[in-house]
Amino acid sequence: MNLERRVRICLESNALSVEETAGDITVTVPAGRLVDSLMALKEHPDLKFDFLSDVIGIDNLDLFRKKKGKGKAAEEEPPEKKVKAPPPPRFEIVYLLLSLESSERLRVKIQVPENDMTVDSVTSIWRAASWPEREIYDLFGINFLGHPDLKRLLMWDGFKGHPLRKDYPLEGKGETRRLVYEQEKIR
Amino acid sequence: MPDWKIAIIKVVFIWCWTLIVAVIMTWVERRGAAMIQDRLGPNRAGPFGLLQPLADGIKLFTKEDIVPARAQKYLFTLGPVMFALPAFSAYAVMPFGDKITLGGKEIILQISDVSIGILYVVALGSIAVYGMIIGGWSSNNKFSILGGLRSTAQLISYEVPWGLAILAAVMLYGTFSMREVSLAQQGTFLGFLPNWGIFKQPLGFILFIVAAYCEANRVPFDLPEAESEIVAGYHTAYGSMRLGLYLFGEYINLYTLSAIIVTLYFGSWHLPYVDMSTFLGPISYGIATFLVFFLKVAFFLWLFVWVRWTVPRFRYDQVMGLGWKTLIPIGLFNLFITALFIQLSI
Amino acid sequence: MTAESQCRIYPEAINEPEPSGDYVHINIGPSHPAMHGTLRIITTTDGESVINAEPEIGYLHRGVEKLGENLNYTQFIPLTDRLNYCSAAANNVAYEMTVEKLMGLEVPEKAQLIRIILMELARIADHQVCVGILGVDLGAFTPFLYLFIQREEIYEIFEKTNGTRLTNTFGRIGGVDTDLPEDFGPMWNKLRDGIRKANDETDRLLTHNRIFMDRAIGVTPFSAEDALNWGFTGPCLRACGVKRDLRRDEPYYMYDSFQFKIPTGENGDVFDRYMVRMIEMEESVKIIDQAYEMYRQMPEDAPLMARVPKIIKPPAGEVYHAIESPNGELGFFIKSDGTSNPYRIKIRPPCYMIYQAFPELVQGEMIADLIACLSSLNIIAGELDR
Repeated sequence: MNLERRVRICLESNALSVEETAGDITVTVPAGRLVDSLMALKEHPDLKFDFLSDVIGIDNLDLFRKKKGKGKAAEEEPPEKKVKAPPPPRFEIVYLLLSLESSERLRVKIQVPENDMTVDSVTSIWRAASWPEREIYDLFGINFLGHPDLKRLLMWDGFKGHPLRKDYPLEGKGETRRLVYEQEKIR
Repeated sequence: MPDWKIAIIKVVFIWCWTLIVAVIMTWVERRGAAMIQDRLGPNRAGPFGLLQPLADGIKLFTKEDIVPARAQKYLFTLGPVMFALPAFSAYAVMPFGDKITLGGKEIILQISDVSIGILYVVALGSIAVYGMIIGGWSSNNKFSILGGLRSTAQLISYEVPWGLAILAAVMLYGTFSMREVSLAQQGTFLGFLPNWGIFKQPLGFILFIVAAYCEANRVPFDLPEAESEIVAGYHTAYGSMRLGLYLFGEYINLYTLSAIIVTLYFGSWHLPYVDMSTFLGPISYGIATFLVFFLKVAFFLWLFVWVRWTVPRFRYDQVMGLGWKTLIPIGLFNLFITALFIQLSI
Repeated sequence: MTAESQCRIYPEAINEPEPSGDYVHINIGPSHPAMHGTLRIITTTDGESVINAEPEIGYLHRGVEKLGENLNYTQFIPLTDRLNYCSAAANNVAYEMTVEKLMGLEVPEKAQLIRIILMELARIADHQVCVGILGVDLGAFTPFLYLFIQREEIYEIFEKTNGTRLTNTFGRIGGVDTDLPEDFGPMWNKLRDGIRKANDETDRLLTHNRIFMDRAIGVTPFSAEDALNWGFTGPCLRACGVKRDLRRDEPYYMYDSFQFKIPTGENGDVFDRYMVRMIEMEESVKIIDQAYEMYRQMPEDAPLMARVPKIIKPPAGEVYHAIESPNGELGFFIKSDGTSNPYRIKIRPPCYMIYQAFPELVQGEMIADLIACLSSLNIIAGELDR
C-alpha cells in the first residue's frame, strides 16, 4: 500500500488534503487536531512516524500578494489590513516526520491564520520540537501552547519584530543592541 | 676572602643561574612542544628563536598594568609576589655541586647547608599556595576563584603523599640536610647498583614525582589553570608582568622540584661507578659536579615538558581520588617498608 | 560567594537573579577558550558540579534563511559554506541535491562520484577537527596537531580541485564545476597513509590512555530512546547504539554500492562518540578508495553537468532533502513559488537538535565534563545559529 493511502486511513477525516511534490508527501491537518494527528501517525502500526526531524515555519504573505496580482500598490499597503480579509491563513507550520523502521518521510502541515496565532506544542510527543518551536516563536511570532520554555532563541530578548516574516525588511528596522557594562551603571 | 663575600657571590651566582634557567625553560618548553608536535615553534628572534624569552619579557614589561575595577587591589598585587618569592627562596638550601677548593679554602657549592634543608623547601612550597589562592580570590572573577580553590585543594592533598615520600627518604638517610643526603649517595648499593635513592626508594620516587607534577601544576594536574575549563584559572584576570611573575614562578618551581628529585633520588652530583674527586683537580672537580648535577636536573626539566605535551588532564574529583585513595596508602606502605628495612638494618 | 563577587558584565546576561544558597552562576562563553565559535552556556553550579546548564544561542546568527529568500538559487551556495565550516563541501552538496530534487535533475555519474569523494574528504576533515578539539579540551594538545597536519593535506586537495580551501562553494546545481585534479591519485595515496598514521598516533595518545579513558568513558551517557526523542542524528545517535546512517537507510548517489561499516557505540558517552568518529574516518577512507576506483573507470569526457537551464527556476512546490553530513542529518527544506528566488529556505542543522538536549546531558556532571561533552557533540556555531 502506498504511503498516501496509509496516511489517509490513519488520519481519516483529519487529513484535509494530501499533496505530492517530487516524491515527498505533505498532508494538511486542522491546526486544532495537530497533536492528535501526530500521535496517531506515531502510534499507527503501519506508519510509525516516530522521529521528528524538524519544525518549519512559513509566511505566505507574498504568495497572496502575487495571487491577487495587485502589484506594487499592494506591497505598500500595511500588511495587517490585507491579511484579515482572505481566507487562506498567512502562516504555515510544517512538521517533518520520519519513520525509523521504513525510512519513509512525511510532512504534516497546519495552517495558522493571523488572527489566531496559537498552536499546540508538540514537545509532549517529541522533545526535539523544543528549540524549533522556540525559533518559530522568535522569527514568526507564533505562540505554542504548552511549550515548557517559550522565549526567544536566536534573537535577543528585547528584540522587537519577527525577522522571517515577509513584511520584515531584509536590512532590518534599525534595531541595535547596546551592551551596557554594569560598571557604567554604577558610576 | 671572607666568608660573607663568598656567600654573596654564591647568592648572586645562583640567583642569576636560576633566572637564566627559568628563561631558557620557557624557550625549551615552546621549542620542545613544537618538536613533539611536528611544527617549528618560535624561530624568528635570534638563532633558533633563542631570544624569544627576551622578546616575551619585553612584551610583558611594556604591557599596560591592569587591575580589575572590583579587585582587591593590595591582595591582587601580593598574589604573584607570594607565588614567585618562595620559589626563589628555595635555592638557599639547594646544593648545586660538591665543593671547590680555592686558595686552601673549602667552599661548598650550596648557599647554606641548613640542617633542616628539606623541611625548609617543603614549607616554602606550601607558602606558594597562598600566592595562587590570594591571586584567585582577589581578582574577583569566578573562574579565578575556581582556579584558586582547585589549587588549594589539590596542593594540600598532594602535600601529604609528597611529605610521606620525603619522610621515607629522610628515614633512609637519617638527615634533613640536603648536602648530607647528597654525600650519602656515593658508592654502590648491593655491589652493582649506584648508591642512589631511586634504587632504595623506588616506590617513594614514583610517589614523589607524581606529587611533584601536582605541586608544579603541570599536565596532567594542571587543573588550577585548565585553559579549556576555567579560562586560565587563578591568573585569568592578570596581565603584564604580574602574569609574568606567575609564569616565571612556575618555571622556577620546576627547577626546584627537579633539583629536589635529583638530590633525593638521583645521586645528586655523583656519577655512577666513578668518583670524580680522585682524578680531577679541586677546581675542575667543583665545576664537574656542578655540571653533572645540572645535567640530571635538565633531564627532569625535559621530562616535565615531555609529559605536558603527551597526556590529557585529570578531572578534579579524579585528582582528589588519586591523591587520597591511592597515593597516601602507597605512601604509608612505603614508609612501613622503609622502617622495616631500617630495623632489619640492611 | 557574596553578591559583590559576581562577574556580571552584561545586565541582561543572566535574566534570573543570582541563585540563593550554595549555587553560583557561571557564565561560560560566548568568549571562552572551550566554546568553539560563539556558544554560551549559563551554568548554575554547586562548587564543581553542574546543577543546570542553559545554552544560549544566536551569537552567530546571520539570518542565512532570510538572506536566502532574497538571493537566487545559485547565489545561495556560498552561504551554505558558512554553516558547518569544517565540512563545507557536504553542505554545498546537501543544498544542491535539494534544488536538483525540486527540479527533477539527474546528476551525471561522474559528478556524483566527485561529490562523494569530496564529501567524504570533508567528513574526515570534520571528524579530525572534532576529535582533535576533544583532545585539546581534555588537555591533550598534541593529537590535535597531528590530525591538523593531515587536515591541511585534505585542504590541499580541495584547493587543487576548485581553488578554495575552507569554504569550498563546491559544485553547481546540476553537477560539479570542476573535475578532480589530475594528480588526485598520488595525492590521495599519500593522504590515505597520512590519515591512517595520524589516526594511529591519536589512538595511541588518546584511545588507550588511562587518563583519557577515565575522562571519557561513562561521561554524559545518553540512552537511545532519549536520543531519538531529542532528535539526535549522526555520530551522536550512533554512539547511543542506534544504527542509523542516511547513506545506508536512504541511500543517495551510489552509496548503496559501496562497502562500508556503520560503527555504533553502546552508552552514548563521550568515549563512544569519539570512537564512532574515529572508526568513521577509516570507513570514509574506504569509501573514497572505492569511489575513486569507479571514477577511474569513467571515460575522460563524461559529462560533469546535467542539462540545466541558464536561469534556475524550479517549479512551485515544497521539497525536503537530507544527507548524512559529518554531524548527522543535514536537511534543506525549500519552498519555491516558481520564481528564480527560493520562497523559503529552512536548514535543518544536525547539531541544532543535539544541542538542545545539552542541559539534560550534563545535569549533575562536573564542569570539566561539561566541556568534554560539548566538544564530543561537535557543536558548530555556524550551523547552529545559521
